Amino acid sequence: MTTRDEIVQWLRKLAGVLTENKEYLTELDSAIGDADHGINMKRGFDKVMDKLPSVADKDIGNILKTTGMTLISSVGGASGPLYGTFFMRGGMTAAAKEKLTGEELLEMLQAGVDGIIQRGRAQPGDKTMVDAWLPALAALKEGLADDAETVDALRDAVAAAEQGMKDTIPMQAKKGRASYLGERSIGHQDPGATSSYLMLKTLLETLDASETETEAG
Amino acid sequence: MKKLINEVDDVVKEQLEGMAIAHPDLLKVHFEPTYVYRADAPVEGKVAVISGGGSGHEPMHGGFVGMGMLDAACPGEVFTSPTPDQMYEAAQQVDSGAGVLFIVKNYTGDVLNFETAAELAAADGIAVQTILIDDDVAVKDSLYTAGRRGVGTTVLAEKIVGAAAEDGYDLEQLADLCRKVNQYGRSMGMALTSCIVPAAGKPTFDLGEDEMEIGIGIHGEPGQKRMEVKTADEVTSILANEILEDPAYSRTVREWDSENGDWVEKELTDEPYAEGDEFIAFVNSMGGTPVSELYAVYLKLEEIVEEKGMKIVRNLIGPYITSLEMQGMSITLLKVDDEILKYWDAPVKTPGLRWGT
Repeated sequence: MTTRDEIVQWLRKLAGVLTENKEYLTELDSAIGDADHGINMKRGFDKVMDKLPSVADKDIGNILKTTGMTLISSVGGASGPLYGTFFMRGGMTAAAKEKLTGEELLEMLQAGVDGIIQRGRAQPGDKTMVDAWLPALAALKEGLADDAETVDALRDAVAAAEQGMKDTIPMQAKKGRASYLGERSIGHQDPGATSSYLMLKTLLETLDASETETEAG
Repeated sequence: MKKLINEVDDVVKEQLEGMAIAHPDLLKVHFEPTYVYRADAPVEGKVAVISGGGSGHEPMHGGFVGMGMLDAACPGEVFTSPTPDQMYEAAQQVDSGAGVLFIVKNYTGDVLNFETAAELAAADGIAVQTILIDDDVAVKDSLYTAGRRGVGTTVLAEKIVGAAAEDGYDLEQLADLCRKVNQYGRSMGMALTSCIVPAAGKPTFDLGEDEMEIGIGIHGEPGQKRMEVKTADEVTSILANEILEDPAYSRTVREWDSENGDWVEKELTDEPYAEGDEFIAFVNSMGGTPVSELYAVYLKLEEIVEEKGMKIVRNLIGPYITSLEMQGMSITLLKVDDEILKYWDAPVKTPGLRWGT
């Protein structure tokens, strides 16, 4: 089970992680984009932190939708509408829910990623965030189908996302500003795939931490 | 970094506040969210024309708000696309009930944010259409890239479409005209120096003292190729020939269809230019190149066009779609017909373009 408090905790942690990785993401973006991914993500999640207290006691759907709307109106660039759509579509599946089973968590992430694909029209192999998300979802699905604990299935998903992120290095970009570089985009890790990996990794760390707490308690 | 600014974070805000005070007869500025809109908006019975994009390209787009051009412009941070709430609220502000046309430059960020805004506006009952500008011939293929970028033709489209809206075109007619202008226009640019984004504080790319970059975008994106600096005549020939000899260009664009309230994919092909074509020629400074140098470019451009049995019938020369302080220029040729010429010549009254009034 993933509780509302864990979702809130995830978003809080994520704001910190994105702040820590602001320079790193921006540096990745300066190699093949326009050098603002880290700056934009930090600005967006700072705004989410401002909004979070007013919805932290609402249902998960409401929290995620508010996060999405906030990102859409504060991030700009391509990542604003993409991550905004991710949280909004994910939120729709979690309407009125205060906790999510493993399957519901998968459903939430799947709906979010479908939203990203629909809005950005990226295919696997285009060197985008989709290249981190799709293998992660496949691993999560497989783990849950094998009756693994949510947190263990998620651990596999994070490993798959990390591999997917690294696999963007040899790819030639076919979407976004990086695509204009043609072959010169080869050899660089995609910043969007990197921030997507960080999102999923932070979710795992959040669930791991609360599990440890429960055990200790 | 040497720039005439106060605080880096205030660059866009102070520019907009200054514009509002300088041109109260033409425009107003709204903050939170940020947009520039016509002082007399909404104009009764008229379709509203809205554009927007990252700041740093002034006078585009805010400087083109006024009679005969844009009803509203949504500026983002420097070189960062604006967000959907800006476009959505601007649309609510200027829609007279006749609908809103979004003119969108083809950059992934601009496209995704405007698409989100179009959905929000449509859900709110506003009749909305989107038209993409993708005229940069430096981008050769559309299959393996995000497609041609929107550059110089944007300025000409905003002028022509704005005049037609003033003349009573309905939303569909206006969208058709805007799509045609985009398909008739081709551009290409070059840079002698990089530009410095205030928040970054250092040049976007490194260009040697004796180097230039051909085929750049308007955000310091890398170009097609880098070479030794050449004369104005040689550079003009390179750009003009790329434009004049550009073959048919096909791609699929996604437009919002206000009739059905959904996205439609359209396969568009821009035909190559042919002998006998007549053009509006637009020689644009990237910000740092003086107008005197642009005239030398125009002199050579006119000669090349004439040699091919084509003709320039109107021109626009100066800094209109800039890239901060970048030294460099772009050439745009827009094939004209009677409709396009009529609305090019029609009166316009904005901070950036003004004639016939």
